[in-house]
Amino acid sequence: MSITPGFQGRSHRFEGRLPPGQYPTESFPVLSAGPTPHIRAEDWSFTVTTEGGGTHRWDWEEMMALPQEDVTVDIHCVTRWSKFDTAWRGVSLDAFLSGVESAADFAVVHGEGGYTTNMPLEDLQEGKAWLVHTYDGFDLSPEHGGPVRLLVPHLYFWKSAKWVNGLRLTLQDEPGFWESVGYHNYGDPWREQRAWSD
Amino acid sequence: MSAWRRARLVRRQEQSRTGRTLLFDVPQWPGHLAGQHVDVRLSADDGYQAIRSYSLAAPTEGDGIELGVQTVPGGEVSPYLARDLPVGADVEVRGPLGGWFVWRPEQRESVLLVAGGCGIVPLMAMIRAHRLERSTAPMRLVYSVRDPAQVWYRDELAGGAAGATVPRIVYTRRAPPGSSRPPGHISAHDLQTPEEAGASPALCFVCGPTGFVEHAAEVLTGIGHDPSRIRTERFG
Ligand SMILES: Cc1cc2nc3c(=O)[nH]c(=O)nc-3n(C[C@H](O)[C@H](O)[C@H](O)COP(=O)(O)OP(=O)(O)OC[C@H]3O[C@@H](n4cnc5c(N)ncnc54)[C@H](O)[C@@H]3O)c2cc1C
Repeated sequence: MSITPGFQGRSHRFEGRLPPGQYPTESFPVLSAGPTPHIRAEDWSFTVTTEGGGTHRWDWEEMMALPQEDVTVDIHCVTRWSKFDTAWRGVSLDAFLSGVESAADFAVVHGEGGYTTNMPLEDLQEGKAWLVHTYDGFDLSPEHGGPVRLLVPHLYFWKSAKWVNGLRLTLQDEPGFWESVGYHNYGDPWREQRAWSD
Repeated sequence: MSAWRRARLVRRQEQSRTGRTLLFDVPQWPGHLAGQHVDVRLSADDGYQAIRSYSLAAPTEGDGIELGVQTVPGGEVSPYLARDLPVGADVEVRGPLGGWFVWRPEQRESVLLVAGGCGIVPLMAMIRAHRLERSTAPMRLVYSVRDPAQVWYRDELAGGAAGATVPRIVYTRRAPPGSSRPPGHISAHDLQTPEEAGASPALCFVCGPTGFVEHAAEVLTGIGHDPSRIRTERFG
């Protein structure tokens, strides 16, 4: 099928690591729905709310007192760039969830400014997700979600909410911000779950 | 939404030295909203494919869609689309995509459009939809470019296409002769009309390269716009 005559393209590298329809980038594009909020670490906190309304809250110092992990992972944005070997430092979600009593199967992640994104709770457990505060050895910058963002590398990056400040556990799945305006409810890059109909 | 459709290049038009608008014919195009984008897929002879997103520059009109492409030096896709793809040849498109950065003609509130460089593309679709629908909602455009040669849609914008208010063009590197504003980045003064000073109800759409969007959105919140009323689209 020779359409687009004369187009050569370039990247045949990274086979096996590049999900379908993605291209590798060395830069770090910024995507968000609105302006970048500027939140000071000392003003930041993270609250887990259970389905019964119980809350657990950590401020910056309490988070930093939890076990810190260095994570190097590939990330995949639904706008089609993928970035390999991104290096983060932060706290596993398991550390936040270990003392939380809940029968919920779903989670809604909350970010500053009302942003939400949903996923099955199990996608945040057993070493699959982190709250990260450091990128490439430096404090996470505001436009990339600093002081603290979620990192869920096995899903498209809109799930990795920036400026994260809460996690609400729910018995029923509740579509979040992008999921309500056309993005896929789950978002597996390897199955190209970009839009509702995918 | 997930189907790839053939899109045939019908016409290419120069907008600036490195910017081109491309008109494609897409049989059975389902229609779209102003502000949405498509994914464009190019296929090489060996089967390699590259995909990038491009905004739709005009409201739905039959099977025709207009895209605007700014050449990124060394880019894989944009130079090919802007220069090499022959008229009459095909690419594939998927869409329309995006349900957030959109303006609907039934919206009544005042709108402030803030474009940086090729960020004019989806905002042009809003301006054209506004005119086509004879909307009476106030709509203003502030358009930031490096120099006068970078202004896309020059004649159409000069013809009052942006509604009652003439677009305000902000030059960042070189202003035209006789211009009273010295070249520089967009400022509070550029974004604010005297009537709007204070609390402004406008819904803002900001589009362009990331650095521009970061800056413009910060200026908007600085002059009192509610962050939840500012929608952004970043081109990378
Ligand atoms: C929702 C959306 C809508 C978009 N709409 C438009 C549009 O209407 N018109 C348009 O021209 N582009 C638009 N873009 C950007 C477009 O998708 C491509 O990223 C751009 O054309 C560059 O692709 P490329 O293959 O030529 O460059 P690549 O090969 O991807 O990149 C080459 C180099 O340039 C850098 N680079 C990539 N993109 C940019 C950029 N935008 N500015 C500066 N440097 C960059 C890369 O980091 C890399 O170093 C849009 C992007 C998104 C996400």
